[in-house]
Amino acid sequence: MVRIFGPLVGLFFAAALLWSFGVGVVQQIREPDPSTAAKDFHLDPKEDVKFTFDGPFGTFNNRQLQRGFQVYKEVCNNCHSLKQIAFRNLADLGYTPAEVKAIAKDWATKAKTFDVKTGDAGERPNIPSDHIPPVYYAGTGNPPDLSLITKARHGGANYVYSLLTGYTDQPAALLKKYPDSKTPDGLYYNPYFANLNIAMPPPLTTDGQVTYSDGTKATVGQMAKDVAAFLTWTAEPKMEKRKQTGWAVVLFLIAATSLAYLAKRNIWADVH
Amino acid sequence: MSFPWAKHYKPTHPLMVYLDEKLPLPRFVYNAVGGGFPVPRNLNYAWNFGVLAGFCLVLQIVTGVILAMHYAANQLVAFDSVEHIMRDVNWGWMLRYAHANGASAFFVVVYIHIFRGFFYASYKPPREMIWLLGVVIFLLMMATAFMGYVLPWGQMSFWGAKVITGLFSAIPLVGEPLQQWLLGGFAPDNAALNRFFSLHFLLPFVIAAVIILHIWALHIPGSSNPTGVEVKSESDTVPFHPYYTAKDGFGLGVFLVLYCTFLFFFPNALGHPDNYIAANPMSTPAHIVPEWYFWPFYAILRAFTADFLFFPAKLMGVLAMFSAILVWFFLPWLDTSPVRSGHYRPLFRKFYWLLVIDVLVLGYCGGSPAETKYVLISQIAATYYFLHFLVILPIVSSIEKPEPLPFSITQAVLGTDEAVAA
Repeated sequence: MVRIFGPLVGLFFAAALLWSFGVGVVQQIREPDPSTAAKDFHLDPKEDVKFTFDGPFGTFNNRQLQRGFQVYKEVCNNCHSLKQIAFRNLADLGYTPAEVKAIAKDWATKAKTFDVKTGDAGERPNIPSDHIPPVYYAGTGNPPDLSLITKARHGGANYVYSLLTGYTDQPAALLKKYPDSKTPDGLYYNPYFANLNIAMPPPLTTDGQVTYSDGTKATVGQMAKDVAAFLTWTAEPKMEKRKQTGWAVVLFLIAATSLAYLAKRNIWADVH
Repeated sequence: MSFPWAKHYKPTHPLMVYLDEKLPLPRFVYNAVGGGFPVPRNLNYAWNFGVLAGFCLVLQIVTGVILAMHYAANQLVAFDSVEHIMRDVNWGWMLRYAHANGASAFFVVVYIHIFRGFFYASYKPPREMIWLLGVVIFLLMMATAFMGYVLPWGQMSFWGAKVITGLFSAIPLVGEPLQQWLLGGFAPDNAALNRFFSLHFLLPFVIAAVIILHIWALHIPGSSNPTGVEVKSESDTVPFHPYYTAKDGFGLGVFLVLYCTFLFFFPNALGHPDNYIAANPMSTPAHIVPEWYFWPFYAILRAFTADFLFFPAKLMGVLAMFSAILVWFFLPWLDTSPVRSGHYRPLFRKFYWLLVIDVLVLGYCGGSPAETKYVLISQIAATYYFLHFLVILPIVSSIEKPEPLPFSITQAVLGTDEAVAA
């Protein structure tokens, strides 16, 4: 039974597949898949920018994270929320408990309160256990929450850096090849963005847009790099612990496995 | 059952003697994985992967049960509760990475285990029941992994669930009502998430039960071996303990080094970035792809692009995708060669390696965007896949002239066997 029906079923699937293949090939010849501007002009994230947390030994640089936090606070936070991060987490960046308290208390958007006795909505200053408050945004586009952005895009920190520094005029070659693909009004051309046209206006435009307290010169590239580093921390605050633990675990396992190999060889010595 | 020369359990300590009378659990272990279980002496490292698969299941259950203590299966908070595990639960990041990469490790190990079975024709009688149970385990694993991937409720979770449950709508007449009944709604939402969580917790224990049957069935004829020649005498075997406990111990160590390298240094390499975006029913990802271990089957699903006779393309894709695994059930009867091991089957061996390449190509296409070139390649690759199992294997096994087999396992290992003279 199996040897009769098996081959028949096999030939049936094969025929259906080859039919699909034939139809597909004919379609390609008659009407090849159109190329698109996004296919031709999209760029992968820049690889030449290096971060301190790259590689298996990489660690965060707290001064850079603090600078990146400042860029987030003064620039990104106008539109983008950061809901996975609580003020208390900022202690990881090297802020003292008093500084964390002050950052929370001085945060422009206050924590919302609701009095169940009177029904009154109100506000109070943030405290360290509060998460960074949501951001209300009424413009075009949907600014994503940035907590996990470096994990949620191919290229991670390099993507964020490339996007922030990648704004440019639409290339003439693009408009020549795809006259219909002119960037619509209200959007901005950025070859690192998936469909090339992003609703976010260039956020980092001039050197010195933020004033770093540690004296670092706030060039556009420096600010982009710092905020990309900060957002890598927000995406995975436990990264350093992960790598440190990893070295201990893997080195231990290599040692234990070597012993297991010797034990195996010893036990099998009389059989081979 | 075991070989007549199997050693017998002889407890010496009074406590063990007492236990042996009341509840002979030590005797059971001794006969199952101890000195009382004779195993062919020539098993190579491909035979380590059954034990490794068992280890992976335990790993997944242990990490999974702890994760379930911190996870909340509700569409409003599921995504954030996973981030809570990553950030605020002690060692939660390690548990979650261990569980997510553990699923990948489980599939790597099981795929090697299955392809070892293909090469050495481990599915042939008298071991066909072991094989059938193994395919059941694999199907359960796929269901479990799919439902587990939905739980973080990211973009790929949501849209993956939507695509896969959408397959049921291809069934004529009852398809759409069936899909809505399975999901508990018109699209994946809280009802689907809750039942997936419940089933994701349940199925591993069902898998464990079927594994017990799988191993029980294995202990009737005993393990196959690289020559495919059955055990003939005591010199063909060694006791499981200490020989294979030692060999498996070393194999487990190598596995753990590789697994932990991924877990601690590339924890997201095998995942998709889109799953770090919370599920949004209003925004479809550019490319919906499942986890890598489903890619070959996903490529087969997508390979059917044109209606064939009176079969709609979508239905054909669904039928073919399930058939791609169901066909394994019939292997013991499709491959009729009297010889098991691929080492002695020159023609079979060539087609075997072609199948390995074919499945890798299917996997590559399944993970790529649904562009025409990948679809065309997967159509050819899927054609070979079905022809291999259903047409080529029966023909090869009847026309092939196998190479001469060794008289016994001992002869294959040592070059001589005293039993030959006898």
